[in-house]
Amino acid sequence: MSDNTPMIEVRDLTKRYPGRTAVDGISFTVGRGEVVGFLGPNGAGKSTTMRILSSFMPATSGTVKVAGFDVFHEPDEVRRRIGYMPENNPLHTDMRVRDFLKFRARLKGLGFGRSRERVDRVIEQCGLKDVQKRIIGQLSKGYRQRVGLADALVHEPDLIILDEPTIGLDPHQIRAVRALIKDLGKRHTVLLSTHILSEVEMTCSRVLILNQGQILAADRVEDLENRFSQDGRVVAEVVASPEAVREAFRDVPDVESWEVSAAAGEYLRVSLTPRNGADLRPVVFDIVRQQGWALRELTRSRHSLEDIFIHLTRKQKGDGR
Amino acid sequence: MGVFLTLVRRELGIAFNALTGYVVVAITLLLAGYGLTELLGTLNAERTDAPITEMFFGEGLVFWLILIVITPVITMRSFASEKALGTYESLMTTPVGDWQVVLAKFAGAFVFYLASWIPMIGVLIGLRQLTGQSEFLDPRAMVGSLIGIACVGSTYLSAGIFASSLTRSQIIAAMTSLLIGVGVWASSFRPAVTGTEGDRIGRILDHLSVTRHMQDFARGVIDGRALVFHLSFTVLFLFLTHRVVEMRRWK
Repeated sequence: MSDNTPMIEVRDLTKRYPGRTAVDGISFTVGRGEVVGFLGPNGAGKSTTMRILSSFMPATSGTVKVAGFDVFHEPDEVRRRIGYMPENNPLHTDMRVRDFLKFRARLKGLGFGRSRERVDRVIEQCGLKDVQKRIIGQLSKGYRQRVGLADALVHEPDLIILDEPTIGLDPHQIRAVRALIKDLGKRHTVLLSTHILSEVEMTCSRVLILNQGQILAADRVEDLENRFSQDGRVVAEVVASPEAVREAFRDVPDVESWEVSAAAGEYLRVSLTPRNGADLRPVVFDIVRQQGWALRELTRSRHSLEDIFIHLTRKQKGDGR
Repeated sequence: MGVFLTLVRRELGIAFNALTGYVVVAITLLLAGYGLTELLGTLNAERTDAPITEMFFGEGLVFWLILIVITPVITMRSFASEKALGTYESLMTTPVGDWQVVLAKFAGAFVFYLASWIPMIGVLIGLRQLTGQSEFLDPRAMVGSLIGIACVGSTYLSAGIFASSLTRSQIIAAMTSLLIGVGVWASSFRPAVTGTEGDRIGRILDHLSVTRHMQDFARGVIDGRALVFHLSFTVLFLFLTHRVVEMRRWK
C-alpha cells in the first residue's frame, strides 16, 4: 500500500433509518497524519458516520474506504487498522484496568507477548500506571476516558476514531484528555467528534461541520476563520491627537479606511479596515513605535469557530423552511 | 483459537465474578438438596432396584425445575447486557468473527452450567460412599446422567443465548428463554397425557420428548437419536443467534 492513499475516503455516504435520514450523501477524505474534528449539534449524524467508518453497521448507499479497504467488503482489514472509542466510552466495568486492556489487545489479534508489551506502553502513555490494578467501575470518569483511549490505542492502529472523547468530564480532565489527543496526532490519524467548538480549535488541524446529515463546511480551522472574518479589521487604542492619527495612516498602502473614536481615559480608539485581507497589526505597531505613542490594545477582530458554526447552521435552518 | 479462548475466559470471568454466578450455584444446590431429601424419604419408605440417578434425573421434577430456572439466568446476560452497556459495539468493531463471538458465549455458558452441577454429583458420590451399596449408584447410569445433563443443558442454553441476542433487556431475554424452556419441557408430556401410542403425531412427540431422553440417559442408556436431537437443536439455535448477530450488517 502506498502512503498516499488517503486514510479515510468517503463518497456519497447515505444512511437511512426507518423514517429518518441520518446521513445524507456526504463525501470527504482524511489524509494520513491529520487530526480532523467532526463538529455538529446532537443528532447531526456524527455517531452514525463513525459507526459506519468503524464497520459496525453498513451504509445505505455510498462507499467508505479506510486505508484503501472497503468497510463493507473487507471489515476485518479495516478493524485491524482502526482504534475506535464508541459514544459514551463503554467499558467492562467489572474488570481491572490492566486485565481489560490485555483482553482487548488479545481480541484485536495481538499475540501473548506483544499484547503485554503494548499494554505496558499504553498504560504509560495514558497515565494509568497508578490505577492499573483497580476495577474500572470504581475509577473516576476522567480515568475511564483514559482507559477508553488506551483501548483504542493498544493495537497501534493507523486511524483513531473517537466519538465525543471529552463529554462529561470536568475542566481538568478535559484538558488532560485533549493533551493526550494532541499527542496522538503526532503519530496517528485522528478523527474525533464533538459539539464543543473550542475543542476543535484546540486539537484539530481540520474541521468538518456537519448538520442534519450534511457537511456544511470542510476546511482548516484557520482558513475557515479567515474565510468568514469578512474584513479582518484591526483595533488599536493609542494616546495621540486625532490629527496625528490621520497623518500617520494616510499613506499606508494596506489600509483601506479607518475610523477614530474616543475611548476611556485619554485614549483614542482607531479601527482600521485592511485592503485584501492583509494583517495590519505589524504595520500599526511600527507606526505606533515610530510616533512614540502609548498603546494599550492591538487586536484583530476575527470570527470564532463558534460564530461560523452558528452562522452556518442557522442558514441551513432558514433554507429548510 | 487464541481469540476464542480469550472470549470464553472472559465469559467465565463474568459468571464467577458477579453475584449472579453464585446465585445460580446456590439455587441449583438448594433445589437439588430439596430433591435429594425428598428422594431419601422415598427410599426409606420403600425398597427399589432403580439406580438413584434414574429417580433423581429421570423421574423427579426437581431436575427440570433446576434446568428451567437456571439456564435463563445463566444466558440472559450474554448478549443483552453487552448491548445495554454498549460494549457490544466495541466488541463487534474488533477483528473477531461473528461465529467466534456466538460460540464463545455458548461455550462460556455451557462450562459454567456444568460447573454448577459439580456439587450435586459430589453429593451423589458421597451418598454411595455412605451407603456402601455399589448398585445404588451404577457407574454407567452416572455417565449416562452426566451426558444427559450436558445434552439437555446445551439445548436449553442455546435457546437462552438466542433469546438474549434478540434484545438489550436481560429481563426480556430471561422471560423468552424461560418460555421456550417450559414449552420444550411441557411438550414432553403430551403422549403421557393423551396416551395415544398409535397415532403419528403422538409418536413424533414421543421422539422429541426431552423428559423421555433424560429418563433413558439416567438409566445409562445412551440413545444416538437423543444425542442427535440435542446436537441439532443446539446447532439450530446457535445458527439463529448467528443470523441475529449478522443482521446488523444487513443493508
